[in-house]
Amino acid sequence: MEFPEELKYTEEHEWVLVEDDVATIGISDFAQDALGDVVFVELPEVGTVLDAGKTFGVVESVKAVSDIYAPISGEVIEINEELPDTPELINTSPYEDGWMVKIRMSNPAEAEDLMDAEAYQEFIEGEE
Amino acid sequence: MRYIPHTPDDVRQMLSVIGVDSVESLFAEIPEDVRLQRPLDLPLPLSESELLRELAALSSRNDAARTSLSFLGGGAYNHFIPAVVDHLISRSEFYTAYTPYQPEISQGTLQAIFEYQTLICQLTGMEVANASMYDGASACAEAVLMAVRAGRKGRVLLSRALHPEYRETVRTYCRYLDVELVEIPFGKDGRTDRLALEREMDAETAAVVIGYPNFFGVVEDLAALGEVVHAGGARLVAAVQEPIALGLLKSPGELGADIVAGEGQSFGIPLSFGGPYLGFFAASKRDMRVMPGRLVGETVDLDGRRGFVLTLATREQHIRREKATSNICSNEGLCALMAAIYLSLMGKAGIREVALQNFSKAKYARERIADLKGFSILHESPTFNEFAVHADEGAAAVLLRLQEKGILGGLALDRFYDEMPDNFLVCVTEQNSRGEIDALVEALKGGRE
Amino acid sequence: MKGPGRSGLTLDEKLIFEHSDPGRRGYSLPPLDVPVASLPPELTREEVADFPELSEVDVVRHFTRLSAWNYGVDSGFYPLGSCTMKYNPKVNESAARLPGFSEIHPLCPENLAQGSLELMFRLQEALGEIAGFPAVTLQPAAGAHGELTGMLIIRAHHEAHGNPRRKVLIPDTAHGTNPATAALCGYDVVPVSSDGILTAAAVAERMDEDVAALMVTNPNTLGLFESEIRKICDIVHERGGLVYCDGANLNALLGIARPGDMGIDVMHFNLHKTFSTPHGGGGPGSGPVGVTGELARYLPRPVVVREKDVYRLDYDRPASIGRLRSFHGNFGILVRAWAYIRTLGGEGLRLASEMAVLNANYIRSRLEGTYHLPYEKRSLHEVVFSDRDLEGDCHTLDLAKRLIDFGYHPPTVYFPLVVKGAIMIEPTETESKETLDEFCEAMLTIADESRNDPDRLKNAPVRTRLRRLDETGAARNPRLKWER
Repeated sequence: MEFPEELKYTEEHEWVLVEDDVATIGISDFAQDALGDVVFVELPEVGTVLDAGKTFGVVESVKAVSDIYAPISGEVIEINEELPDTPELINTSPYEDGWMVKIRMSNPAEAEDLMDAEAYQEFIEGEE
Repeated sequence: MRYIPHTPDDVRQMLSVIGVDSVESLFAEIPEDVRLQRPLDLPLPLSESELLRELAALSSRNDAARTSLSFLGGGAYNHFIPAVVDHLISRSEFYTAYTPYQPEISQGTLQAIFEYQTLICQLTGMEVANASMYDGASACAEAVLMAVRAGRKGRVLLSRALHPEYRETVRTYCRYLDVELVEIPFGKDGRTDRLALEREMDAETAAVVIGYPNFFGVVEDLAALGEVVHAGGARLVAAVQEPIALGLLKSPGELGADIVAGEGQSFGIPLSFGGPYLGFFAASKRDMRVMPGRLVGETVDLDGRRGFVLTLATREQHIRREKATSNICSNEGLCALMAAIYLSLMGKAGIREVALQNFSKAKYARERIADLKGFSILHESPTFNEFAVHADEGAAAVLLRLQEKGILGGLALDRFYDEMPDNFLVCVTEQNSRGEIDALVEALKGGRE
Repeated sequence: MKGPGRSGLTLDEKLIFEHSDPGRRGYSLPPLDVPVASLPPELTREEVADFPELSEVDVVRHFTRLSAWNYGVDSGFYPLGSCTMKYNPKVNESAARLPGFSEIHPLCPENLAQGSLELMFRLQEALGEIAGFPAVTLQPAAGAHGELTGMLIIRAHHEAHGNPRRKVLIPDTAHGTNPATAALCGYDVVPVSSDGILTAAAVAERMDEDVAALMVTNPNTLGLFESEIRKICDIVHERGGLVYCDGANLNALLGIARPGDMGIDVMHFNLHKTFSTPHGGGGPGSGPVGVTGELARYLPRPVVVREKDVYRLDYDRPASIGRLRSFHGNFGILVRAWAYIRTLGGEGLRLASEMAVLNANYIRSRLEGTYHLPYEKRSLHEVVFSDRDLEGDCHTLDLAKRLIDFGYHPPTVYFPLVVKGAIMIEPTETESKETLDEFCEAMLTIADESRNDPDRLKNAPVRTRLRRLDETGAARNPRLKWER
């Protein structure tokens, strides 16, 4: 299982890539593996304002469903249009092709509270 | 006890494998103070022949079943059931199975439900149908909940000409939810008042529920009502209490319905004093993922052969728990099978012909009663196989008079509508011959002699 | 040895629509004896597009072939935990089809339906006696429908006392319907963790004046008796709350202990589980609800009452929560349940529970040691194992599919959620020692196979008409109806 160093992670198993004031969000390799084959993804519309810690979407496999929580506050500026038709991208490429939304952060400082790769790996070892 | 195979020797051997000395000790975890300290106070057991005798005697106390002339409808209908239906659903591979959780050994149930879903879509003109719900009233309530959920709005308008028990069921389901229910009156023609509907529509309205045909058998102008509903951004729910009508009437889907919920009892299911019946539920594809109930989908097995599975289960309570689209778990699988068999037998020509017979016979009765002195037809609009009658002498008196002659002449409407002490609902199906209708008309006349 | 190797003739069968041939008919109607009427064209539809056209023989053969692809209780052992798949007596089917019962209209005058009303009244009384409740409604159509009825009653009680409260406590072993139902009644769900059984201490910790109810299942979904139930009910009652019992597992308690005597306020019955009515491929069931005398006023309308020797439907109940469906309940199912109760009597019902519990414990003893048993308290009517001790990377799903090859319906799998890889076995009382022995042999053989030849599990089933089905594909691209 991979956990790229350049990403930040949450206890709800989302990852965040921060570039200037834009954050790209997806779910981790651990999360996709626990869910199994993803069959459906529900994403917010562009323009939606997300509050950190609140749910903004849903990922479903055949027998499980998981809410996605916003790791960071901000406005959705782009969503991954590929996902509704090819949700399996979340399984095959969780950190690249399987990204979910990009948001313009309203409070970039929130990113500093997130875990780095090492801390996240420790966290999931504790969960298992 | 013939259903329990254990011999005393079996019990001894089993106890010894378990390592206890009595059956009683298996219950050791149940504290004494919650044990029942006496035998259950129930009637003594009966042998099979005694049981059948007792139940036959009890069933014969239902005098109505012997009254051959019945014109009762109001949400449950006396239609002919071909012998094939009961024979096929009596195959115990169907009726002793449960929900098809293991698709490899449940393809019979799964394919039959897939066919049922297709038949319901074809009849209603909708894109997606579920595997069935409890009955028409509860399916209607689920439609309201779904519209509220999908529309993220909390106001629902119910036509007052919608089946009163459906309205009451919707009210019960919404009792403690943040949903405002408003009733829309009907006009003298028996149709939902379109102007009143326009007045009540607002931005918070999630859905409008219209009976099609409505409780008075009246064929609503669904398309015109739908325009008002859609202009207000709400969903149009068509509630079908007599689906035989769909063999003749334009489908609700064609007329703009977003959700169709109804009662499938007419499709080969016995009257049986009110249940088990069949709630059918269909919607448009955009609402597929917020639909309640089970869904069967087509797929392939490892060798690429066509098969069927329960699908989109993440909507349901066993996975989504308190966030589920409904708390429903079981459906009315065997009743859905009855409907699938009935509709397969009737087919394209039969569903049309049975609908036409119902309509024609009801129209004949309606015209004959309209000609009687002291009686009139309450609503001018076209009706399907039911219509409301006004009797100068009052509904209760007429019906009692008919009952004394062995005729169940219809349903007194003051039970549901205080303003209708003189009105009753007459239903005529393909089961009522012209001779029976004439007998009803003659008996009605009798009051003025 | 019996087991894989048996096989039968299975015929392929198309969809009913694919059999269709224009002009074929499978129905007969008498000639229309009144003038043909017509509706205005703007109201009239075209013929139903793509509706099937078949002869009666086509239809009979089609559904007969489909039935052969199914597995029911009459086909063989069906130890589906939590579903109580006991034998469905045939005389009950005959009883429900007596014309006096099956042909009666629900809106016919009550004086002409005395037989039906008497049966309902007597069944209400019997269910009340069996579970210890003074009042029972027969209206709900299924267990989950009964749950909704019961929780609405609880909410109505709190509303009448001026405060609906906000929360419902639900143990982590609960059926999914419990939280879904609580949400439908406008309540927030507060999970209570249990370690096999619910402790009074765990309930006390979560209980406060904002909790409307605790929902329990007793015996719980692990098949264990909630032995602190009395104390738990006291704790909830002391703070003004009520206790709801999911009656799914009543088959362990008939004639032995009554939920009403334990302090439970509301409980639903599953007539299709405990009282032998058929499961019908997913219904129809029936979910009557019993309540304490204090709550009787909130029961759904109408209730069957007896006045002297006349039975009638009482609609005049101002405090009622209303109705939850049309008419009076799944009457045809009520007839079957009544026939069952009349056949067994009090002693027979008790014997049924005793033998159900004996059977579950026998399976437990025979499989313990080979299969991991996560909770060691004495089981009642069902036993839950896990897949921990299977080898060769085999899991519960593989075991389930392999059992199919041995001629069994698999147990309930992956439930309750508190057990990882749960295998929930409920044999019921109608199975003989021989059946249980053969099943246990199969289970032991499969455990061996997981060590020596795990592919046998991974590839199973191989003896069915279809092999494992692609559920992922079905969910990604839903095809929910046939299209030309």
